Amino acid sequence: MKLDFIKKMTKPDLIYLDYNATALIKPEVIELMSEVMKEGGNPSSVHGLGRLAKARMEEARSIIAEQINCRPQMIIFTSGGTEANNMAVLTCDRTRLITTNVEHDSIRSASSRFKGGVDHLSVDQDGLIDLGVLKELLEENGSSAIISILFANNETGVMQDVKKISAIAHEAGALLHIDAIQALTKVPIDFMELGADMMSLSSHKTGGPQGVGALITYEKLPVKSFVMGGGQEIGRRGGTENIAGIAGFGKAVSLIPQSLEKMKELESWRDEIERKLFEYAPASKFLGQNAKRLPNVSTIYMPNVTSETQVMNFDLDKICISSGSACSSGKVKSSHVIDAMSNDANIATSTIRMSLGWGSEHSDVRAFIKSWKKQYDRKNS
Amino acid sequence: MTEKTVKFPIYLDYQATTPIDERVLLAMMPYLTTNFGNPHSVEHSFGWQAEAAVEIARKNIATLIGASHGEIIFTSGATESNNLAIKGIVYAAYPKKNHIITVKSEHECVLASARSLENGGFDVTYLDVDEDGLIDMGALEAAITDKTSLVSVMAVNNEIGVIQNLKAIGDLCRDKGVIFHTDAAQAVGKIPLDVEELNIDVMSISGHKIYGPKGIGALYLRKNTPILSLIDGGGQENGLRSGTLSPALCAGIGKACAIAGEEMAKDYQHVTELSIRLLSKISAALNNVHFNGCRENRYPGNINLTFYGIKSDILVADLRDIAISTGSACSSAKHKPSYVLEAIGLNKQEIDASVRIGIGRMTTIEEIDHAADHIIKRVQYLL
Repeated sequence: MKLDFIKKMTKPDLIYLDYNATALIKPEVIELMSEVMKEGGNPSSVHGLGRLAKARMEEARSIIAEQINCRPQMIIFTSGGTEANNMAVLTCDRTRLITTNVEHDSIRSASSRFKGGVDHLSVDQDGLIDLGVLKELLEENGSSAIISILFANNETGVMQDVKKISAIAHEAGALLHIDAIQALTKVPIDFMELGADMMSLSSHKTGGPQGVGALITYEKLPVKSFVMGGGQEIGRRGGTENIAGIAGFGKAVSLIPQSLEKMKELESWRDEIERKLFEYAPASKFLGQNAKRLPNVSTIYMPNVTSETQVMNFDLDKICISSGSACSSGKVKSSHVIDAMSNDANIATSTIRMSLGWGSEHSDVRAFIKSWKKQYDRKNS
Repeated sequence: MTEKTVKFPIYLDYQATTPIDERVLLAMMPYLTTNFGNPHSVEHSFGWQAEAAVEIARKNIATLIGASHGEIIFTSGATESNNLAIKGIVYAAYPKKNHIITVKSEHECVLASARSLENGGFDVTYLDVDEDGLIDMGALEAAITDKTSLVSVMAVNNEIGVIQNLKAIGDLCRDKGVIFHTDAAQAVGKIPLDVEELNIDVMSISGHKIYGPKGIGALYLRKNTPILSLIDGGGQENGLRSGTLSPALCAGIGKACAIAGEEMAKDYQHVTELSIRLLSKISAALNNVHFNGCRENRYPGNINLTFYGIKSDILVADLRDIAISTGSACSSAKHKPSYVLEAIGLNKQEIDASVRIGIGRMTTIEEIDHAADHIIKRVQYLL
């Protein structure tokens, strides 16, 4: 398929501002994937076609390794971020889990299955954990612990100070796993510099396809998937690999330099939204605004209008946003992330998430601001 | 003349993976491009379109196997389906029941799941197979106790193509109140399988073995079967399998199942004719060939042959224009001898002289003629 044709096809006729749920797949990714899907081949087969499939996969592995600064052997491809998060926490052979109360659902449910003690760190109103409390928790039995932290929050974009956390963790002999699913391609990621022992990634938040993710981990750690047999991924994750998906993931990651460049523009648009809404409605709030956060997302409180009503009205204006993470939005309950950051119950029930991405244009921003103001006026004037 | 019409290399490894049917690729494209949404975003139409695609795919799979769409769970592939079925059901039945039964010639991921249960303190019975590759029903019946929660027997073997007597196994398990799981990755879409008729409770399905994409599979789970999840999170797939689904991959496996439902008889006849053609050419030219596995109860697209007196890895490597394998793709990458051939009584020398040839929907007569010629010549040369 020709690239310009794909580009035309991928142009949505609605205004999509829900990139943290899933991003549009980049045309370059689709082009490569359709090529790879036509090639076929099982990467475990030793004949030519198998070797071609294997080469496609290993190419993606080296691209990702290079872009995030790890060795290719440290990448275990999975079916997605959820699987990576589950295996990191549940198979690492540690007896204590320290995590936060603003994690993604995949870590929240894994922690409920964790065999051993679990501590949940709370966050302040900016969404940040208290490093002093973490240190205290690690004073005793630190070396039996795994810490699992969301690098950039999926709802607010708030970023924890992973470098400091990893220094604290390693001083106490604890392992550190970070969920960098939302951060990848939005902020620079250098695995070695961050200092974590494990890191979860997902393709479909980056402009790659759904159904692919990865866990970055050191070979010496005992971590392996729940999906076993066949011996793929150096015996750490069984099953014929999703070659086209992995190739697409690799392509999306190879475009990180362009993505980060676009993020500068998105950040100025996001700041423009927050500035204009605040000028218009000083009672509005932007969660995590004072913390370091992802450049593309704003979590916005609109006084006196419930999240459900806002989502519906934005939809009538052909604008796609969400009231929280896609996983929990399917279940319609108030956000545990916002609850954790604020003790005002109204805020959690009247907040929506707007997230920009590589396909966003300034006209989308203007349409969003217009629709927001219209809804605000209906209830607040 | 055949030289001109044949495209090289000739792909005869359909058990390792199948090419994607072009119709499947077309069905997937809209969900990579315009309808790219997260199927779990219930708040806008991108999400709805994606969800609709997932649900249509679910119905297509259900229809193919005589199930209801609420009984289909999407997974990342048959390996995950097998892991989920075996571990999930056995964990759910514990501590009341702590025993499972499977077969020595199962796919590696079934055996790996069984071994991990064994390491966790569960009892596992590994049934033998006879020289045809079939289990003994009496032995199965004798192995079932009141502690048995699950019987897992694969439908079509991935190395030798033999089909177990699913109806008899299903009936026996139903009679004994034991859950029956079958790894049907090589069977779905190739032979008729009706979960009601065969009394199958749980069945693993693969996308890339039926001309669909890699990275997607499904698990049929009979309504009200107790099971625990392996991957938790957003609670997708009724809480049994968390993680964002790929609408493109779902649409792909769904379309592959829809096509299989319509064209199964045609495909089966095509594969049978080509299989007979290949075998008669080889057996007419060579007298050192042995056909492995039951002749009658088998899927004809999977041929496993022993060429006495040669080394099959050398044969496979020499046949540069033809993609065949010495065994399953999983084990061929690790150069381990086939435990399936060992289970049907072949000795080490015979195992090392065996190849698997896979025929499928896209295989042509010209390819078969060409491949037969080359294989025969090469075997004669190596002798």
